[in-house]
Amino acid sequence: MESFFDWVHNNHAIIYIVILSIFLGIEVIGRVPSVLHTPLMSGANAIHGVVIIGAIIVMGRVDPDNYIALIIGFLAVILGTLNVVGGFMVTDRMLEMFKKKK
Amino acid sequence: MGLSLLSFIYLVGSVTFILGLKMLSHPDTARKGNLVAAAGMTLAIIGTIFLYEENGERLHNHLWIFGGLLIGSITGWIAAKKVKMTAMPEMVSLFNGMGGACAALISINEYGHLVGRDAAQGTLLTILLGLIIGSVSFAGSIIAWGKLNGRIKDFAFKGQQIGNIILLLLTLAAAAYLLFNLNNDNYWLFYIIFVAALVYGVMFVLPIGGADMPVVISLLNSFTGVAAACGGFLYNNQVMLTGGILVGAAGTLLTMLMCKAMNRSLTNVLIGSFGGSSAAAAGTKGEQGSYKEISLSDAAVCMSYANKVMIVPGYGLAVAQAQHVCHELEKLLEEKGVEVKYAIHPVAGRMPGHMNVLLAEADVSYDKLLEMEQANDEFKTSDVVLVLGANDVVNPAAKSDPASPIYGMPILEVEQAKTVIVNKRSMKPGYAGIENALFFQPKTSMLFGDAKAALQKLVAEIKNA
Repeated sequence: MESFFDWVHNNHAIIYIVILSIFLGIEVIGRVPSVLHTPLMSGANAIHGVVIIGAIIVMGRVDPDNYIALIIGFLAVILGTLNVVGGFMVTDRMLEMFKKKK
Repeated sequence: MGLSLLSFIYLVGSVTFILGLKMLSHPDTARKGNLVAAAGMTLAIIGTIFLYEENGERLHNHLWIFGGLLIGSITGWIAAKKVKMTAMPEMVSLFNGMGGACAALISINEYGHLVGRDAAQGTLLTILLGLIIGSVSFAGSIIAWGKLNGRIKDFAFKGQQIGNIILLLLTLAAAAYLLFNLNNDNYWLFYIIFVAALVYGVMFVLPIGGADMPVVISLLNSFTGVAAACGGFLYNNQVMLTGGILVGAAGTLLTMLMCKAMNRSLTNVLIGSFGGSSAAAAGTKGEQGSYKEISLSDAAVCMSYANKVMIVPGYGLAVAQAQHVCHELEKLLEEKGVEVKYAIHPVAGRMPGHMNVLLAEADVSYDKLLEMEQANDEFKTSDVVLVLGANDVVNPAAKSDPASPIYGMPILEVEQAKTVIVNKRSMKPGYAGIENALFFQPKTSMLFGDAKAALQKLVAEIKNA
């Protein structure tokens, strides 16, 4: 039990971020009209593309002689970028359609 | 200086994600919200490349990083530009899968660094979680993508649910074992877990019906969010953490909202009661009586002399890409003094909001689209309702027949109008696999054919009339 409290104590900042983000994530989209469900899902899809940052960090730390790690990291960067760029662009294309017409 | 600037950039990035999501949930600000989040993301990416350092060491392999970014950007850009509006849902699924795969690959690479070293359990835990969640999300998204574009058929066998649960438990048990007993003799177990998670992702999505894919994609979307957050733990990186958790939470809520729009629970979708009960329901119903067909010219006359026509678009309109000719029909009728409106069911088509996106692409004005409640008020005063490839969302059984699998789902009450014309390719049932009593009502007439072809002919008829 004590080790659990220690763990909470040592990581309290991250635990706060996680808990508050959960509530924020639920609160922030709470009143979305059903018309926007698809674009919102697509937008959220692009945002979790933030995983690309992890891919960049992995890639940037790999030993230049370790080809397997280089290739895996390289793939990760490509896939992450696809998620980000594709995600935001598809969302934009969907939302472009919602322009108010005169 | 570098690191503190990077911290500030991450802070800005996190705020843009929150703002972006907030703005995305309102029609007026949605587009700007997407751009705000994209700007924050770009900033965070550039900041990471140039400012990130660990133990005083900057990142290297810049050539590889930029190469990857370039390839990914160009491919993503082309794919997103080229995709047809009807194929948007599967594109989202595909991109989601890429994110999941990215998270899994990060875990694999980080694990490679761990082997032979004394690793902290917390680090190993986040690596394992990122691997499992990312792989499930990747494999599941690819299956969802294949189902939406028709490449993969529904597939289920007896005992699959139990098999899936056993597979999941075994995977988790192996991960737990590895977490406490990692050594040089069992490090390969990690790769077995990787494969098992991929298989689970496939088996998890395979039995779920194509019509439920939006809900599944939304769920997998929140999975990928959590996988990204695992990376945030791993690198103690706040922007990954907030971005991932935000999407995880918002995605879960969105999944539940989507289920609610279809009046179903998430468990019901995942276990897939539609497949099982629908066969029985269709069997007991049997023949419903006869339906009548309407000729093109009759339909044309009927609509041209109406005061008010309501169009109910459905999946049939989307597959046939008939949104433009539908708009043409609307303009033509308006010129003749007919009031034309669209009744949009929240889950018509393949995704919530799908119809709005499609019709907007064809320049249909936003204020002509009525949401379900408004539409239901206006059917009473409509002379003609034209149902274009929609089926379950106009099935009166949802209101009247408690034995029906779709009982309780909110529907468009088109039978309140004076006349109903239904355009379908055949009398085949829709996704729920059940007969639709609407088609056999005296006020209903059927206009068979592909939505686009039928509408084109209808437009020609009305022009000549």
